[in-house]
Amino acid sequence: MPKPFLSIERMTQRYPDGQGGTMTVFENASFGIEKGEFVCILGHSGCGKSTIMNILAGLAEPTSGVVKMDGFEVSGPSLDRGVVFQNYSLLPWLSALKNVTFGIKARYPDWSADKVEAHARDYLAKVGLEGDVVYRKPSQLSGGMRQRVSIARAFANQPKLLLLDEPFGALDALTRGTIQEELLKVWAGTDQTVFMITHDIDEAILLADRILLMTNGPFARVAESVEITIPRPRTRTQIVEHPNYYAIRNHLVQFLGQRSKELAGKQSGDDDQRPETVRIDKTALVDEEPSAPPPLRAVND
Amino acid sequence: MLDNLSINKRAAILSIVMLVVGLLIWEAAIPAQKAVGELTEYERLTGGGAQKAGVPPPSQVIAKAWEELSNPFYDAGPNDKGIGIQIGYSIYRVLTGYFLAALVAIPLGFLIGMSQIAYKAFNPFIQVLRPISPLAWMPLALFIIQDSEASAIFVIFVCSIWPMLLNTAFGVAGVRKDWVNVARTHELGPLKTAFTVILPAAAPTIVTGMRISIGIAWLVIVAAEMLVGGTGIGYYVWNEWNNLDLTSVIFSILMIGVVGMLLDSAFGVLQRAVAYAE
Ligand SMILES: Nc1ncnc2c1ncn2[C@@H]1O[C@H](COP(=O)(O)OP(=O)(O)OP(=O)(O)O)[C@@H](O)[C@H]1O
Ligand SMILES: [Mg+2]
Repeated sequence: MPKPFLSIERMTQRYPDGQGGTMTVFENASFGIEKGEFVCILGHSGCGKSTIMNILAGLAEPTSGVVKMDGFEVSGPSLDRGVVFQNYSLLPWLSALKNVTFGIKARYPDWSADKVEAHARDYLAKVGLEGDVVYRKPSQLSGGMRQRVSIARAFANQPKLLLLDEPFGALDALTRGTIQEELLKVWAGTDQTVFMITHDIDEAILLADRILLMTNGPFARVAESVEITIPRPRTRTQIVEHPNYYAIRNHLVQFLGQRSKELAGKQSGDDDQRPETVRIDKTALVDEEPSAPPPLRAVND
Repeated sequence: MLDNLSINKRAAILSIVMLVVGLLIWEAAIPAQKAVGELTEYERLTGGGAQKAGVPPPSQVIAKAWEELSNPFYDAGPNDKGIGIQIGYSIYRVLTGYFLAALVAIPLGFLIGMSQIAYKAFNPFIQVLRPISPLAWMPLALFIIQDSEASAIFVIFVCSIWPMLLNTAFGVAGVRKDWVNVARTHELGPLKTAFTVILPAAAPTIVTGMRISIGIAWLVIVAAEMLVGGTGIGYYVWNEWNNLDLTSVIFSILMIGVVGMLLDSAFGVLQRAVAYAE
């Protein structure tokens, strides 16, 4: 089996528990992400999602285990891995435009100032920010606009892997909906791989090719990898009519509501903790070949 | 009628009223001196004709101010220089000492703010040196440097270094981790991170420290110049006191206040320029 684009191998994270002992967030977690895939990770608060993301970003080191991207071990942050943090990731003394050019200048140091600015405006326009708003400071923007700027900054750098930590966590449902669709638009037509943390099941179904489900911590596991068997392009209103939608949604709700607790707290011994693949497809019950990899990535066709 | 004016205008009117009333009370409280012509023979012989040293009324101070400010840069020997020249000397000393201090304090503050070890290593020295009155250094400075001018500058250096150093360290240490992470994920080197992320993020705190420092430096220069003598506004005050010219003393006190205010407001402008809202 060929190695996936991003592979996480036997990753373990322990922290001191504050009483002289150690607390294991997760142990021997192993999973892979294919190139161009959009993967969401769902799990209860405190199970270790942000910890995983920080390790993937290279901002933190796991206690043990390795992360490999394109065959190379991840060590330290890199421009190949863009990050959208939940909050506060814009530099408040720079305008929206300058925040984006800040990133582009770091990525393409030999570009001319005009080219950098045009590129920045291009990406800001893709997330719906045009005209005078780009000259405003983050404090003068709404929460939704700020996250749009963060997304534009991350995508403008054209990283191979994009990591998003609950990017829409603080936004209202309406704004969320719009930005989710913008995010899909920006992502479509690139070969960028996206790894996104969310708390929102519907958001995950709309966006993801695959959803990773985590059990509760400590000793959390990435227990399942649920394929989203709904073709793209997707819109919020259409996916709910797809026969697979409620089946998948019920599965996720069941997991988060019940099984995440039941499966929690088990030590792994020495085993690799690989997620079990779950494929729910009511449209192809008749002639499915179970072992064939499903052609899920259907953005451009 | 006052009601339709803005708060600022009403406050300005109130300030002017207070000033005028204060000056009038002051003026009325000073008994007028008799003109020479009205003196009796006896009074003239016992020296009553010489100006008595008393607190002058504001009208005299204003006349003095008019006289001095209409020709601030005259130079008639070591003990008779225009107020502009004296203030010029003081500002020169303050700024020299101050910028030397900034040159040391800001980079050192960065180091202390960024590194736990540096913080812990420098902290005991800072804690001991900081509470020392800058004037206490004066004898030592005079002895070692052997130059009154340079000693005054050194005293300014010593007194302005602490607020800048501590505020820089505090500001740098308090920079939000997320912003530093933004720099890290963009692969910025340490120098680039310092200038494009940490410096602007900590700038408001740093400038606050600089503003406190310039205020202290201006307080200290007057005392320092009284000690070292020669030139400067502090020396001027002392010299006029020795001449028993209280009008000049009051005038120069006011000038010290005005210059201090101007220095402070310059930093106020800088502070507004680097401020940002989160
Ligand atoms: N620096 C640290 N030191 C000690 N424990 C930590 C540290 N960082 C995280 N933890 C612990 O690790 C666990 C996982 O934290 P993490 O932030 O990854 O959770 P999360 O899944 O992102 O939660 P949320 O959904 O609320 O953001 C938590 O129990 C937390 O207390
Ligand atoms: Mg988190």
